[in-house]
Amino acid sequence: MKTFINAFRFMADNPHLLLTKTGEHLELSGAALGIALVLALPIGLWLGHLHRGLFVAASVSNVGRALPSLVLIAFGLTILGVGFWNNTAALVVLAIPPILTNAYFAIDTVDRDAVEAARGMGMTGRQVLLQVELPLGLPFVLAGIRIAAIFVIATATIAAVAGGGGLGQIIVNQASYGLSGVVAASLWVSALAFLAAFILSVIRRAASPRPVPLP
Amino acid sequence: MPGQAAELVFDEATKRYEGRDGAAVERLSLTVAAGEICVLVGPSGGGKTTALRLVNRLIELTSGDIRIDGTSVREQNLVQLRRGIGYVIQQVGLFPHMTIEANIGTVPRLYGRPRSWIHTRSQELLDLVGLDQSYATRYPAQLSGGERQRVGLARALAGNPPLMLMDEPFGAIDPIVRARLQDEFLRLQKEVRKTVVFVTHDIDEAIKIGDRIAILRTGGHLAQFDTPRAILEKPADDFVAAFVGRDRALKALALHTLAELELGPPADGPRIPRTSTVRDALALAIEKHAQVLAVTDGDAVVGSVTRDALLS
Repeated sequence: MKTFINAFRFMADNPHLLLTKTGEHLELSGAALGIALVLALPIGLWLGHLHRGLFVAASVSNVGRALPSLVLIAFGLTILGVGFWNNTAALVVLAIPPILTNAYFAIDTVDRDAVEAARGMGMTGRQVLLQVELPLGLPFVLAGIRIAAIFVIATATIAAVAGGGGLGQIIVNQASYGLSGVVAASLWVSALAFLAAFILSVIRRAASPRPVPLP
Repeated sequence: MPGQAAELVFDEATKRYEGRDGAAVERLSLTVAAGEICVLVGPSGGGKTTALRLVNRLIELTSGDIRIDGTSVREQNLVQLRRGIGYVIQQVGLFPHMTIEANIGTVPRLYGRPRSWIHTRSQELLDLVGLDQSYATRYPAQLSGGERQRVGLARALAGNPPLMLMDEPFGAIDPIVRARLQDEFLRLQKEVRKTVVFVTHDIDEAIKIGDRIAILRTGGHLAQFDTPRAILEKPADDFVAAFVGRDRALKALALHTLAELELGPPADGPRIPRTSTVRDALALAIEKHAQVLAVTDGDAVVGSVTRDALLS
């Protein structure tokens, strides 16, 4: 209990340190999430539209879950060296599976009758995807992005072991910041992950096709 | 945008799937005159839905040709072809995230029509299919099955296509609403006079809706293509006779109205309007144990008909 109180005291005493590290943490997470979105979202959506590549979507998802991020960072050290990009690369690999898999299944499982009607009325493939499939699958697509965001923010802490910045630097350095610092930074990371999840939930709710409520 | 009605010609239209024995549709040749309703009917596996989808190329022909007003569907741009054909499916396929107005306005929107035009058009079409104009702002999930199918019909008509393809449009609707939708569809067709290809597995629906009926048997062979009356009175072979049913003579009674009969002098008896079918008149006579029915026009009794006359 005392540790917790001390942790909050640490937060009050070191606002500048925590904000700087939070900034670094979000920079790293944001970069990784952004790159993962650019890579995985179009592929997932298009494969879902074609109803092809189930194997790809499923494999990416399984491999992604099986690979520990720490291992990736260790591998990355040999190629990318120490620092921001090595960590980013590891986090991108972490973020791709939920985004790609959810995007694929979101589009793949959209009501076939609506899609058939859209095609039968003369929509182009792109129009079917953008006007029918994407709006209907959007809540599921966003759910994947939310999972990815939580993973990335939580995992970005281990960047500290490979010369990266962020809140992880406080967590792995008990010698300098004490147990109260470690707990404070941990709580901070959890709060960030919760906040990201909350924001994406709000967006997901707003993006749901009316007036059908979400399950 | 297109308009009027088009002539539709199937010319040896054939669809085969690789690795499957036999064709789904085998050298289907028939002509649907402009403004007529042609019903494709037959047992499952008869290829009727396949034949329908060959027209808007949701399925591509293996060989043969299909022409709309003389132009082969193969030669037309896929997207333009489909925009010019109204398409109604059994599960309707309304877009759940769009309002009824936006759903109806789909094809005009693809043609780049302005919002105000689409608004006016969708109000007209809601009227035409018998829905209140206030439905425009609702969403599909707020409508009943019958109402949704009406919207599906309005949506297919929005681009004023010369040809409509309807794939079991009333198949998922309960019998009472279904009969009403059939009646309203026939009334609506009198107004819009489209060329319609209508798929069903229900021979009674085919007889009621069709100007002509094409009966397809397994393997996509055309067994008979004729008017409902000819099919009931002169089935081409045993398959057709079995398909239309043992009661085909009774079904044929539904094709004649009392107005076509020579009536006797006015007499007492259960009353029935002269616009009724012979089948309904006979049903009434049996129900009321009556030998003679009084035939009415408005409130006046204009004649009578005996049970024997109905049966001949």
